[in-house]
Amino acid sequence: MSTPMVEAIGIHKRFGSTEVLRGVDFVVQPGEVACVVGPSGSGKSTMLRCINHLERIDSGRLRVDGHLIGYREAGGKLHEMRESEIAKQRRDIGMVFQRFNLFPHKTALENVMEAPLVVRRSARAAARKQAEELLDRVGLADRMTNYPAQLSGGQQQRVAIARALAMSPRLMLFDEPTSALDPELVGEVLDVMRGLARDGMTMIVVTHEMGFAREVGDSLVFMDEGRIVEAGAPREVLSNPREERTKAFLSKVL
Amino acid sequence: MTASSTDRDVRSSEPLDAVPVRHPGRWVAVAVLAVLAAMFVHTVLTNDNFRWNVVGTYLFSAPVLNGLSNTLLLTVISMVIGIVGGILLAVMRLSPNPILSSVAALYIWVFRGTPLIAQLLFWNFLSALYPRLALGIPFGPEFISFDTNLLINQFAACLLGLGLNEAAYMAEIVRGGIQSVDHGQTEAAGALGMSRAQTLRRIVLPQAMRVIIPPTGNETISMLKTTSLVVVIGYFELLTSVQRIYSVNFQTIPLLIVAAAWYLALTSVLSVGQGFVERRFGRGVQSGPPGPTLLRWRPAT
Ligand SMILES: Nc1ncnc2c1ncn2[C@@H]1O[C@H](COP(=O)(O)OP(=O)(O)OP(=O)(O)O)[C@@H](O)[C@H]1O
Ligand SMILES: [Mg+2]
Repeated sequence: MSTPMVEAIGIHKRFGSTEVLRGVDFVVQPGEVACVVGPSGSGKSTMLRCINHLERIDSGRLRVDGHLIGYREAGGKLHEMRESEIAKQRRDIGMVFQRFNLFPHKTALENVMEAPLVVRRSARAAARKQAEELLDRVGLADRMTNYPAQLSGGQQQRVAIARALAMSPRLMLFDEPTSALDPELVGEVLDVMRGLARDGMTMIVVTHEMGFAREVGDSLVFMDEGRIVEAGAPREVLSNPREERTKAFLSKVL
Repeated sequence: MTASSTDRDVRSSEPLDAVPVRHPGRWVAVAVLAVLAAMFVHTVLTNDNFRWNVVGTYLFSAPVLNGLSNTLLLTVISMVIGIVGGILLAVMRLSPNPILSSVAALYIWVFRGTPLIAQLLFWNFLSALYPRLALGIPFGPEFISFDTNLLINQFAACLLGLGLNEAAYMAEIVRGGIQSVDHGQTEAAGALGMSRAQTLRRIVLPQAMRVIIPPTGNETISMLKTTSLVVVIGYFELLTSVQRIYSVNFQTIPLLIVAAAWYLALTSVLSVGQGFVERRFGRGVQSGPPGPTLLRWRPAT
């Protein structure tokens, strides 16, 4: 067995007095597309944000590619990482947000070039060439000089995916990437994600698109109240849920 | 359904031929303003007490231009100190480090909470408090020491007073700007592996500028006139210069007109400059600075 891409053991996370994650365990293998579903407030976003340390976990162990996230283990003790070390870890983990979060003062091209230029200190010409290729790959070759405000939601989200890919991440996190889109724009974003999955990208996708989960997902996790209630092959979980809570949730969304 | 007469040829793709909304109120306003303006120009030109010939004599006279150059110098350097210091203080104020944040809060509290005149006097009379200033190891040997009066001359005291005071106000303006930027921007930059400093410089500050620039324009224009306070420590600028002249020749009104004309000219230049800077940082956002609709001196985009 190779090292898992993501390994979460007993993750707990609380905000003040509310416990949002109450012991989450899961493993994602390299090349796997893991879909996460569950009711609003069940902790899906929080779990995703823990994986790239946008939130720090309160207990448990979280490893990406075999390395602890946000901590170093030395002498049997955990040491918090400095900000620069955390930044370094995040380069290998791409994230796509529900509300795109593109940089509004930069064009599509500049959005994609930003991280390679600033973080990896690539040469401008090389960064530009790579950004053009990435935008072409997500079908936006003719929109490179547009500012985000001049793009549709679907186009913005595709720029956001290209921007995340520009750092050549080994893992991509998607937090409801199509939830803020008009129904007719969902397809174009899912198509890009389908392409990524085909190319072997490891992906964790929080989504309400059960069709996508069934078709593209290698595994499916159902979360409720900060715990993983049920996990398995998407077809299996969606067609024959074993747990009552899963059944109740699916009967509402399917 | 019966088509009305205007529905007949709508598919011809001709430009709409509609009667624009009429604004009779505007025309009444224009007429009233025109009469008032004519009355004003008439009295200004015919009332001999304005002494336009005196205004003409002094407008470009050496003492006035000297004062003007001091006003400009003090304004520009104080604003540079204020803006750089303000950004620094704002970043400290928002830092997760409680010590930095408290130091910035204390600074802002002291410098906004005491009168500017008192601060100017303080810097000027620093030598009474510390006759010598030295660089060295705390409580240890000194490498080099200066006579305070030589190190902080009147001009330096003016800049310290105006600049350090301005920094406190600018800090709050910059902080407001930084906090107006959506938190998702910081998260997106962080998720790409950018450091806090990179995120601030490349992502947050450029967006905060849209909020920071208009009040900074205000501060600069206000600084232009605040510089006249340096008279309390015996320095001079535009207003002091004209006061010195009219205290001798008693041509008070004409000389105040000279000063006012220069202040207005500088303010106009600053407003135009502000428009350019606002457009530069408004990229990607539709709403630019609102232009007056009658006086459209900005090139249409
Ligand atoms: N920064 C925060 N401070 C306090 N509470 C938070 C914070 N972030 C999330 N929460 C709480 O944690 C719980 C889980 O939130 P989370 O966003 O992870 O849910 P979710 O499963 O992603 O829901 P949704 O489907 O609506 O996005 C919610 O009750 C939320 O109110
Ligand atoms: Mg969520």
